[in-house]
Amino acid sequence: MTEMAQTTAATRTAETVASRLSRRYAAERRFRALGLGSILLSVGFLALLLGSIIDKGWTGFLQTQIAIEIAFDPQVIDPDGSRDPVTLDTADYAALVRNGLVARLAPEADRATRRDLSALVSTMAANQLRHMVTNDPSLIGTRATLWLLASDKLDMVVKGQVPRQLGADGNSLNDRQLGWLGELEQAGQTRKTFNATFFISGDSRAPEQAGIWGAVVGSFFSLAITLLVSFPLGVATAVYLEEFAPSNRWTNLIEVNINNLAAVPSVVFGLLGLAVFLNVFHMPRSAPLVGGLVLALICLPTIIIAGRAALKAVPPSIRQAAAGLGASPLQIVAHHVLPLAMPGMLTGTILGMARALGETAPLLMIGMVAFIVDIPKSPLDPSAVLPVQIYLWAGSTERAFVEKTSAAIIVLLLFLVSMNMVAIVLRKKFERRW
Amino acid sequence: MNMNAVLPQGSSKISAKALDVHYSEKQALFGVDLDIRAGEVTALIGPSGCGKSTFLRCINRMNDLVDGARVSGSLTLDGTDIYDRIIDVVQLRARVGMVFQKPNPFPKSIYDNVAYGPRIHGLAQDQAELDEIVMTSLEKAGLLNEVKDRLQESGTSLSGGQQQRLCIARAIAVEPEVILMDEPCSALDPIATAKVEELIDELRENFTIVIVTHSMQQAARVSQRTAFFHLGKLIEVGDTEQIFTNPQQPLTQGYITGRFG
Amino acid sequence: MQTLTLAAILLLLSSFAFRLGRKRAFAVSAHEPRSLHSLPGYYGSWVALWCGLPAFAVLVAWLVLEPTVVRELVISDLPAAMQALPSDNIDVLINEVRNAAQGHATTNPDLAAAADHYTHLRQIGFAAVAVVSVAIALAGAAFAYRRIEPALRARPRVEASINVFLVASSTVAIFTTIGIVLSLLFESLRFFHMVNFFDFLFGLSWSPQMATRSDQVGSSGAFGMIPLFTGTMLISLISMVVALPLGLFSAIYMSEYAQPRIRAVAKPALEILAGIPTVVFGFFAVITVAPLIRTAGAMFGLSVASESALAAGFVMGITLIPLISSLSDDVITAVPQSLREGAFGLGATRSETIRQVVLPAALPGIVGGVLLAVSRAIGETMIVVMAAGLSAKLTFNPLEAVTTVTVQIVTLLVGDTEFDSPKTLAAFALGLMLFAITLGLNVVALHIVQKYREKYD
Repeated sequence: MTEMAQTTAATRTAETVASRLSRRYAAERRFRALGLGSILLSVGFLALLLGSIIDKGWTGFLQTQIAIEIAFDPQVIDPDGSRDPVTLDTADYAALVRNGLVARLAPEADRATRRDLSALVSTMAANQLRHMVTNDPSLIGTRATLWLLASDKLDMVVKGQVPRQLGADGNSLNDRQLGWLGELEQAGQTRKTFNATFFISGDSRAPEQAGIWGAVVGSFFSLAITLLVSFPLGVATAVYLEEFAPSNRWTNLIEVNINNLAAVPSVVFGLLGLAVFLNVFHMPRSAPLVGGLVLALICLPTIIIAGRAALKAVPPSIRQAAAGLGASPLQIVAHHVLPLAMPGMLTGTILGMARALGETAPLLMIGMVAFIVDIPKSPLDPSAVLPVQIYLWAGSTERAFVEKTSAAIIVLLLFLVSMNMVAIVLRKKFERRW
Repeated sequence: MNMNAVLPQGSSKISAKALDVHYSEKQALFGVDLDIRAGEVTALIGPSGCGKSTFLRCINRMNDLVDGARVSGSLTLDGTDIYDRIIDVVQLRARVGMVFQKPNPFPKSIYDNVAYGPRIHGLAQDQAELDEIVMTSLEKAGLLNEVKDRLQESGTSLSGGQQQRLCIARAIAVEPEVILMDEPCSALDPIATAKVEELIDELRENFTIVIVTHSMQQAARVSQRTAFFHLGKLIEVGDTEQIFTNPQQPLTQGYITGRFG
Repeated sequence: MQTLTLAAILLLLSSFAFRLGRKRAFAVSAHEPRSLHSLPGYYGSWVALWCGLPAFAVLVAWLVLEPTVVRELVISDLPAAMQALPSDNIDVLINEVRNAAQGHATTNPDLAAAADHYTHLRQIGFAAVAVVSVAIALAGAAFAYRRIEPALRARPRVEASINVFLVASSTVAIFTTIGIVLSLLFESLRFFHMVNFFDFLFGLSWSPQMATRSDQVGSSGAFGMIPLFTGTMLISLISMVVALPLGLFSAIYMSEYAQPRIRAVAKPALEILAGIPTVVFGFFAVITVAPLIRTAGAMFGLSVASESALAAGFVMGITLIPLISSLSDDVITAVPQSLREGAFGLGATRSETIRQVVLPAALPGIVGGVLLAVSRAIGETMIVVMAAGLSAKLTFNPLEAVTTVTVQIVTLLVGDTEFDSPKTLAAFALGLMLFAITLGLNVVALHIVQKYREKYD
């Protein structure tokens, strides 16, 4: 009897299961689709981010120039014919540029027209002429066709970053200027070349003259300080906690402390830097030295945690083998454990440095937001760093700074990618299976 | 599909023919031919790594979860190939339940543990029926008296032996046809083991049971038939009494007399 | 520059000392190194330590003390009228003196004289330190050199000093925390002398700009942090609404479903997302996401502020996806395989197993991860500085502009900072609140995750 009952129960099970199967599989597919959708969406956001940055930024590596025949008019440069260096240096080269433009585009120009004409060319063009003349005064009285740096407004239109239509969003050229642009383009008097200015200059109020070199140098100084401070301290702490520290309340406190510091918002570290380094120790504001110190404190927990993980991965058998040969605890660590753990520690350090390179908020606190044109010469000079430069440009109203910001972001991301690559290669190369 | 044929006791419920199993490069089973009869307890014995667990996990396709596992040859349940495309693995596992080596109750209440299978398979029409299924299953698993006052407590709060009986109750709540047991007592103390063995004997009336065990005494106590595996091959299968008193193969002889294992 | 040169000289001396010490050890052992207590190198290191450490200590002490000492000396030399000024004005004067010393001309002859004095003092000071530290280095080296003998326990001594360095390094973390707490507390207390603590905590209006004139200091309501708090919460909430489902489902898919091929693409993509600096996300929010939301809002006839909480929160959510996903991935993989097998063995489908067995088991760990993410969202700065507004409006409408605690900290401290106005000090009070909240969240979150790990270890 039990057997019959059991068989019917089993039959019932099989039938019920079968009848609900398609519904359950539909739920399974929905759930799966939800998971895949989430991943695709996340990757899609990344693609949108990178896509929009690259789209807006790649033209930042190019600059527009226009060819204008310039007459080095002695009447304008050196009316007395004295060739005095001071006279040559202070002459009105902008007038030469303006005259060249007038001659080429609007010989009958009135005052307003001349102003519109001047707005086609960057103020850098006058500097270019000054440089040429002071280097070689014999140019005075000659004529030459020169490629001059275009103004940011023209640059944006030529690169297609703003629409060419009159009055379109972001396009501040008037109909006359657009007409001249067309004329120059027809005559082959415009070109786009590699934008070296962007890589060798410091910041500038004029977008077409602004560059990232000052910020790159500032970032380099800051990171150098960060590395010098945080790497030895981080490795020493990791070694002490992992290899020597007795497990008592004090070391426990240190550990809890490190874990919590890792999660303290970076802006709070900025407050610490402001209150301690600037107000108590009177260190210079806006200097990479202070920035580097603050970043070092931010990085320290990351490096310690990575360092401890690397030390943990070294098998105890190696320590025992060394101890068996009579090595002192310090010798065991210095000769055997540390070399084996070093790749892991370096990987963690590089990742920490990469994070420090992108850190912005704490640096705002210690005054690294000043407008600084000069390239810093030492960690004590006021300076910007790359992410802060990005922040500053992002807040500028000129349309052309959107392009510069995006281009600077591309450079920053390239730095980060290469640092991460180094970390990955390091990890791959020294990955060890015990 | 002849899934629910009414099989008389002793007829073949599961049948393996030339069954090979590979894990990536390594072959784990070599041409196993084995019939498992309905309404009996079949014990699979042999030294560790002999393939007995692998064979067990083929029967409800738990090997599907292992990357790189390949099964070839034929393995049928009531005449239908388990690895046939028309067999749905969810449906198969509802028919072939499993109890694992280590008790693995879900971190849910005792009630929810037992009700889990009926719930996902929709076996109960209403709450009352679900209660009924849970109570019956716990009773059949001999656990009801110990837990009836604390059905809402976590399944993980029970002792090891109770946890394993809870897992058995969880398996029988689905009303499967076959129950696979993978060394169900290896993590239990002798008293808990005795209880579970007693339970297995009672369950034989309603289910076809296949049990992997490393203890020959246990095989002798609970099973009607015993199959001896060695190095991925089935060496000998027969009535338990015959295997333990009069093994035909020298390897079997050696194993049960304790010369290796 | 000078300092670096001096440091280099000291290092050079130390390395000479090392060689001398090693050589000396050889000599005293009669070229029989086995008779020495330690390897010759340890004798070298011991001499080098004696040479370098005290000298560097002098140098560092000078670097720390110099600004204060020189400052006091310069002040004492200023005309009496100037000395009588309040300390803040003296600060200004001293700054001017420093600038003048660096070559910026000053119109005040007294200050020009003081600048000369300042430069002079610094030069004298440096010369003195250079002489003293080099002398100490030489003396230390000589002292140690003469004490080298085979029985000298050089290795334990060297190791002891390295040990001291290790212990000292490990306390830096402690001092950082103490530094954070003290600096926040100190400035906050000054702030709470000017503004009532409860007005700050429960005030409904925030307008620090009004308090620049002293007669308005402490006027009620100007420093109420509730609007900042609600703004922070609103943006954090939006970010979690974006990040939690996306991060969690990504983690589930990656750990339970994904083919190795998909994982090979998705995992690095999420890591890249995690590695992008937040200033980039801030720019992305301003330039791409905010206009998109505005356009989308206009299509439904909604007017969206150009700096909406939605845009900032949404982009912040994107930045939190990798965090949630990797933390969830960890806890999901930590759920024992036996539980999954138990469910599969009963005939559960994969999604049933995940929803009904894996996720409930992983829940505490996931909650811990979410708390960590919330704490990150609250402390996140650049995205909100760039994409959220400055207006401290008490609203829960995600389409309006709100401001957050971190935005206000940055805004209050960027630009001219005077450390006696409540406007500046308020930033530290906000920082204290931020620190307390995030610390609390972290402690709870780490505790939960810890307990979860123990359960399945």
